[in-house]
Amino acid sequence: MSKPIAIIIGAGFTGVATAHDLALRGFAVTIVERGDICNGTSGRTHGLLHSGGRYAVSDQESAIECIDENIILRRIVPQVIEPNGGLFIALDESDLAYRETFIEGCQTCHIPVKELTPQEALKMEPNINPKVLAALLIPDGTFDPLRLALSFAATAKSNGAKFLIYTEVTGLITDGKGSVTGVKVLNRKENKPEELHGDIVVNATGAWVGEITQLVGASVPIKPTPGVMVTFDQRLVQRAINLLNKPGDGDIVLPQRRMVVVGTTSFEVKNLDYVPVVEDQAKLMFERGSKLVPGIAKAHTRGVFMATRPLIGSGSSGRSIARTFKCFDHKETEGIDGFVTITGGKATTLRAMAEKTSDVVCQKLGINQPCTTKETPLLSYRQYYMLPN
Amino acid sequence: MSMTKWTITIQVYRQKGEALPHYDEFKLEVDPDEYVLDGVERIWAFNDRTVCFRHACHHSTCGACGMRVNGVEKLTCITPIREVTQNGGKIKIEPLRNFPVISDLVVDMGSLYSNMERVGAQSVLPVTEAEIERPLRSWPKEDSQYIRLSDCIECGLCISACPISTTSETYLGPAVLAGAQQKGVRLDPNLLRLVDCEDGPWRCHSAFECTAVCPSFVDPARRIMLLRQQIVLERLTRLFRSEPKKMTVKEANR
Repeated sequence: MSKPIAIIIGAGFTGVATAHDLALRGFAVTIVERGDICNGTSGRTHGLLHSGGRYAVSDQESAIECIDENIILRRIVPQVIEPNGGLFIALDESDLAYRETFIEGCQTCHIPVKELTPQEALKMEPNINPKVLAALLIPDGTFDPLRLALSFAATAKSNGAKFLIYTEVTGLITDGKGSVTGVKVLNRKENKPEELHGDIVVNATGAWVGEITQLVGASVPIKPTPGVMVTFDQRLVQRAINLLNKPGDGDIVLPQRRMVVVGTTSFEVKNLDYVPVVEDQAKLMFERGSKLVPGIAKAHTRGVFMATRPLIGSGSSGRSIARTFKCFDHKETEGIDGFVTITGGKATTLRAMAEKTSDVVCQKLGINQPCTTKETPLLSYRQYYMLPN
Repeated sequence: MSMTKWTITIQVYRQKGEALPHYDEFKLEVDPDEYVLDGVERIWAFNDRTVCFRHACHHSTCGACGMRVNGVEKLTCITPIREVTQNGGKIKIEPLRNFPVISDLVVDMGSLYSNMERVGAQSVLPVTEAEIERPLRSWPKEDSQYIRLSDCIECGLCISACPISTTSETYLGPAVLAGAQQKGVRLDPNLLRLVDCEDGPWRCHSAFECTAVCPSFVDPARRIMLLRQQIVLERLTRLFRSEPKKMTVKEANR
């Protein structure tokens, strides 16, 4: 029997993780991506491996997803993770008042939390604000965004997945009865149009899912919500430092190589392909970041960048929308078969998003293959460039 | 970022398939505090959807966006436009040298990644082995338990800038030799064989171009010199000792 053919649009976190999952389940997988791996939102994450602490009060579904996946990723892809933990620190009375709620939230979501004295916290992280009033240690981490994706892509490739990068989808092919049977693409490397046919097309384009679904008159409730991040040229902390309060702007400082990254903000845009940096927001990152880690005030700015989160939902504003993910079977929503959209979620939950999507795909095609990505260690990210395509 | 607007011309190297390479010019209004990569992305977003370029993190942690800017290797995501041109000026953007061009500004860095893998260059390290200058107050003593991503982001700038890599395709090149030095040849006989050869550190002519362009302060040139010391020391040790001694990574890197 020949392998079922899956075409995945998008080589961001969700796309590469889904490629890996479906390849393990015996699919012949082709990924089409208009740029290179992780050129959109995924590459531009600050790289926080969430423990779920950030969402433990307001968005517990996401928090539980985060802690579960955090533990799995530490196991299957340690080669791209700094597993150094994270601190939530209180700097004023309002932060202190949040302490109890935060601890309860973490306990509800089974996130291990350990209270430190301010002295202990300062010993652990000498560069945090010396006025720290309370500190809670949680299992946050940081990861290298591109290399996390490449590790999934490399392992997918070793199981036969084919990556067509610099290949932009220009249309979806339908069978005339409303089912999607393939994609029309432009090979941007050579400016050549091509067609690909498959049993299932997975739309894993994150914030851009709407541009793909509208090609067949379908839609999903997506709210692209960019945020700004600023990097400074000193590695002032070893852990992710979070403000112990409701999630807000500029309340995370985390290490990346010799730098720290401060994030982030939350607003809405129309054109997703180029989101300019908003000057005020970059300033805000500097001010808020310096509050958590005063040394930032003396460091030099190394980079300022934007990333557009794919949040699901409509009506409410960016900050309050849940960070969870959703897989849409367009057969159920619009009667279009052969076409599935996955969006929302966090970098930390990429594997779970892929599992859910692959479950939906397998169920649609009547394939009974369980997910094995929780137990499968990933290859070195460098293998992506070494293995034949 | 600022309110100032500059009008600049970006000249982009173009190469598709078998067609002859040429340059295309794009006139843009930019904020001079934006980065060169933002300029290229803007060309793709608004002027020409066929321009191919590689990028991911936009904050110098992934190493994907290395290009030659006015003839000099730069990590374009952290190179402000203000630093490489002036209002009304021009920026010439070309792909990295010493790698095959895939399309336009994208090169095939497979050889770099595969050599990094061969020498076992580590992607994550204990903090204490990262040779980081200690900022402000000192780190706590127990910091050896912390793990961090190593400094080399495999961006390929050093290979592109290296005059020896231009003359020899088989020369391992700065990033790879720096990776070998960090790993330590004294621990691994295979690594010694791999680098102690004509394509290894002996071929370096000490141009130090690699260190000049390295955006991550890895200082490959110094590491190549240290690698030579490691090799000589290991050869001498082997002359006088039949059984190789077991040692820690720290000892091997001394």
